[in-house]
Amino acid sequence: MPLSPIETAAGARHALLTMWTTRRFEEAVDDLFARGLMHGTMHLSIGQEASATGACMALRDDDAITSTHRGHGHCIGKGADLTRMMAELLAKETGYCRGRGGSMHIADVATGNLGANGIVGGGIPIAAGAALAYQLRGEDHVVACFFGDGATNEGAFHEAVNLAAIWKLPVVFICENNKYGMSFSTEKSMAVDTIAERASAYGIPGVGVDGNDVAAVYDVVHAAVERARAGDGPTLVESVTYRHKGHSKSDKNLYRTREEISEWRDKDPILQFEGVVRERGLLSDEEIQAARTEAMESIRNAVRTANAAPDADPSDLLDAVFAQA
Amino acid sequence: MTETAREITYSEAIREAIGQAMEADESVFMLGEDIGVYGGAFGVSGDLYHRFGADRIRDTPISELGIVGAAVGAALAGMRPIVEIQFSDFTNQAMDQIVNQAAKIHFMLGGAATVPMVLRAPLGSGTGAAAQHSQSLEAWFAHVPGLKVVMPATAEDAKGLLLSAIDDPNPVIVLEHKLLYRTSGPVPEDAVRVPLGKTAVRRTGSDLTIVATGVMVGRSLEAAGVLADQGVDVSVLDPRTLSPLDDAPILEDVARTGRALLVQEAPGHVGFTAEIAARITESPTLYRLLAPIRRLSGLNAPIPYAPQLETASVPQVPDIVDAALTLIKES
Repeated sequence: MPLSPIETAAGARHALLTMWTTRRFEEAVDDLFARGLMHGTMHLSIGQEASATGACMALRDDDAITSTHRGHGHCIGKGADLTRMMAELLAKETGYCRGRGGSMHIADVATGNLGANGIVGGGIPIAAGAALAYQLRGEDHVVACFFGDGATNEGAFHEAVNLAAIWKLPVVFICENNKYGMSFSTEKSMAVDTIAERASAYGIPGVGVDGNDVAAVYDVVHAAVERARAGDGPTLVESVTYRHKGHSKSDKNLYRTREEISEWRDKDPILQFEGVVRERGLLSDEEIQAARTEAMESIRNAVRTANAAPDADPSDLLDAVFAQA
Repeated sequence: MTETAREITYSEAIREAIGQAMEADESVFMLGEDIGVYGGAFGVSGDLYHRFGADRIRDTPISELGIVGAAVGAALAGMRPIVEIQFSDFTNQAMDQIVNQAAKIHFMLGGAATVPMVLRAPLGSGTGAAAQHSQSLEAWFAHVPGLKVVMPATAEDAKGLLLSAIDDPNPVIVLEHKLLYRTSGPVPEDAVRVPLGKTAVRRTGSDLTIVATGVMVGRSLEAAGVLADQGVDVSVLDPRTLSPLDDAPILEDVARTGRALLVQEAPGHVGFTAEIAARITESPTLYRLLAPIRRLSGLNAPIPYAPQLETASVPQVPDIVDAALTLIKES
């Protein structure tokens, strides 16, 4: 059930633990990759944890999400199993996709995670379609559709938001604006000041929010989710945030300044939130430390368990191309 | 239930299949451009809108990428959508959702999800609609693992293959030929499935095997009649499902006749029949060939507008007859 990060100690603890778990997961992945113990590529959302966590906390367990190439935080926010996620990245048979998908394709349809996506904007029409299924069946699930600022320049964004708007589909479009589509800044990629204002082109509400403030993200997404659930249609939420790391492993950060990165590091969403919960007396220093420790240990366990699992097996690759009736 | 084979058109057969599937299963619904009151650009959806209403026969804006993506999402969420793409050329607008999403999701997620959706798209030339409304892109789709590709050549298959496509847990693209919509044939009244992945032997002869797809099946049968009058007895085989391909009956028949003529409307270069030729040469059937395999295809050119140019661009009955006679002469 939806749980505010700042109304109860339980909510605060959940938000903090989820954000630290996401951070530690990605730091572990970064480290494994740097040491040559993980192959492929991945896209880290370090610095964006409040956005994914706040949005997922506004959902019911039986609501769905679609995610992006930068999707570890969405998966963890929606309750994915850390060991299965780590096993997937470590190319193990026990991974979510049995090693067929990797970081960009983690999904857990059983828990309403309809999938990360390697194509920018690819998940947006899919989110609208899942919402259409719920609407046709008279079910009151809502789909939270995550995508980045770059995706809003794709045709898929336009077509899917328009469909959702005309059919009043129960979907919340959550744009995580981290200011860059790979290296191309939003200032260069669009002639409007905000992504939220693009909503007016579809006749739906567009709301901007500080994406580094987990409680603010929760409030805005929660209102949009309730609106969607009531049958009043989609909302476009622009969650303004920043990725501390590069786009992917090849990024040399030639397109942004050290000062800019450092400014945003000072606005670290997790440390900010720790300040808020301490100030409000929601969690004690010991409880905050306990959340940090629990996150660290659960990731250590995930890495250890995943590493011990069997490698992905090539012997039945062809069996999975088509689903059997 | 009686099994009556009355004659109806290819187009009516498709409509009947959709109606029966929708009656039998609440999760089946259709979306596409102008399929509602308008009844579909080629009249295929017809009265379905009045029978099932606007929710399940869902008119969409002109948004191929959006509607195919919506079908992928609806399928992931447990529905069985049927998308009508007005002209198969417009699948180009939706390629990300067809190729990168629908076809790959089951595999990419390690089998954890299925995408049971059907894409119906009219293909082919012969209507004077020129290059952007007349292509035959079946080889593209057949090249994508995870996508099933169906080309019905008769009214009975149009119904039976579509019913199987709707039942199938995978994305299936059904390429309907525009020139066949008004052709008629016997079609069972019941919801009789024609299984995917089964090549049909349309005619058995002793001198030569013609393998043809789509509208070329009928043209090849017509050519077979002309050839019979000249004392040449040919088989005509119709793969019906291009992917996955049932090649055994083709290899068997070619081994028996010793001659293979492969006919398609699409341009020959890297076309679907090249795959058939490759399978023949990779099998022991190769040693039974009395003459080199011959392909008869559309020109490697866009489809032109003027009727005489359009006709000259794709194989016609006399071309098939000539190709068959040449092949016989060569051996």
